[in-house]
Amino acid sequence: MNDNQAFGKQHRDWLPTFLVWAVALGVTGIFAWILGDILWHGAAQISWEFLISEPEDAGRAGGIGPILVSTLLILGVCLVVSVPIGVGTAILLADLSTTDTLFSNLVRRSLDVLAGVPSIVFGLFGNVFFAKTLGLGFSILSGGLTLACMVLPILIRSAEEGLRAVPPDYRLGAAALGFSRTTTLGQLLLPAAAPGLLVGVVLGIGRAMAETAALIFTSGYVDRMPESLLDSGRALSLHIFDLSMNVPGGNANAYASALVLLALLLVINGVAAWIAEQWLHRRLIP
Amino acid sequence: MFNSRILSRSRSDQILVWSLRGLAALAGAIVGLIGLFLVLESLPVLQQVGPARFFTDAAWNPLEGLYDLTPMLWGTLWVTLGSVLVATPLGILSAVFCQFYAPARIASFYRRLLELLAGIPSVVYGFWGLVVLVPLINQIHPPGTSLLAGIAILTMMILPTIALVAAASFAKVPPAYLQEAAVLGLSRWTTIQAIVLPAAKSGLFTGVVLGTGRAIGETMAILMVCGNVVQMPRSLFEPLRTLTANIALEMAYATGDHRSALFVSGLVLLGLVVALVAMAEALSQGQIYE
Repeated sequence: MNDNQAFGKQHRDWLPTFLVWAVALGVTGIFAWILGDILWHGAAQISWEFLISEPEDAGRAGGIGPILVSTLLILGVCLVVSVPIGVGTAILLADLSTTDTLFSNLVRRSLDVLAGVPSIVFGLFGNVFFAKTLGLGFSILSGGLTLACMVLPILIRSAEEGLRAVPPDYRLGAAALGFSRTTTLGQLLLPAAAPGLLVGVVLGIGRAMAETAALIFTSGYVDRMPESLLDSGRALSLHIFDLSMNVPGGNANAYASALVLLALLLVINGVAAWIAEQWLHRRLIP
Repeated sequence: MFNSRILSRSRSDQILVWSLRGLAALAGAIVGLIGLFLVLESLPVLQQVGPARFFTDAAWNPLEGLYDLTPMLWGTLWVTLGSVLVATPLGILSAVFCQFYAPARIASFYRRLLELLAGIPSVVYGFWGLVVLVPLINQIHPPGTSLLAGIAILTMMILPTIALVAAASFAKVPPAYLQEAAVLGLSRWTTIQAIVLPAAKSGLFTGVVLGTGRAIGETMAILMVCGNVVQMPRSLFEPLRTLTANIALEMAYATGDHRSALFVSGLVLLGLVVALVAMAEALSQGQIYE
């Protein structure tokens, strides 16, 4: 509703107008401050060398090569596990909820709660379940699996929205042609809903990459190059935390790592926005 | 849409339906597993010292068998309350700006900005707080790491959530309401205050509840700017420790009953969040997972 002309020209409203603009300018200003500060201090450190070399002297010198590798491996484990479970659950919630009402309501309720669980509690759970009970130890696998649990709600929500946005005609047409449900799903619904699924995956990646608290006690602190998924590996966000809190004189490299993390997240955010826009465009002009 | 009893003749369909149910059951079971394991890990200390001592002991000193969680509970409460009180009006005004004041192009830029802010990792907010905000507060009143720093950082973190949910609920206010207000010659602010805000009330509450949940659960940023002293803060400039920061700080070396006591605080956090989700559900009657 940006219909500014709809409102009368009254001048006694200057105070709220001033307030609203001031808040918006203030929020924008603080955002520019944070971003500018990190860009200003971080950009000086960044080089190709920084991205590929090993950290030295507890991270004060050297680069973030092994940390980027660990981050990507943790993300990989997270996606390999969460995408099939998430998409499967979304299909059930979007397409079978008419026959499985009670069951899908239960699942939905449980996901509502899961979405609100604090990340540190995921960390506790990952530590006792994946690291201790399943015996995976402090490892990339434990961290990735913990993150998989964490991103499921956001992934399922987007995938479900994508599936629900597929026109009902597709389903009715497929049913009229006598397609089996598997065929309908594989040939029609999933391809048609692909952008929604992709947006969900991208949002999940963003959430997983930003996470720190859930990883401290699952994937651990080791900053060497991981040799297998059972090795401990330090995620980029945890590296920033460690450099700024535990390593005196680590701020310069913490700034640079924060810049790398923000840049990765901005790219991911941009990709999600772009997919969503393309999708909207295609739906408006079929 | 589909009715499985009519359409599921083929064998592959049966397999499909059952494997989907399996996956959904797995996704739905995670919360249960989390609750179960937190309870299992908390049990030793709960049975040994009983739940009451977590609130009545003289201090938090788990190595000597003292388990008072109240200073941390108050810490969590103060930073949450403070940030929600500041972020709610700012978030709602941000949404009002987006929907009713800004020209279309600025509104969409501002919305994109809020989405970006919502996606900035908590560790980056914490880092910025530590290197920029804390030294600033230190100049006014040492030590700098304080309740005030925590409230400021948390406000920035939950403001986008509150604003985005509020903007979405403003967008759902029927256009007819606004047209009628225009016909009556009401000013923009009167329209917002007397018509839009009451009509969007439940959405606004949902946003605030979501923001509160995020504030209670926030760990890294708080850990970095609040100073982590176990005490009841008596002013805005005193350091404090929250439940979440306590877990993050002590899990690394905790064993036995101490570790178990940390799981008790995890259970308390989970309980708080479940209560909030139930409240949000009662208020909005909708899907709120994000």
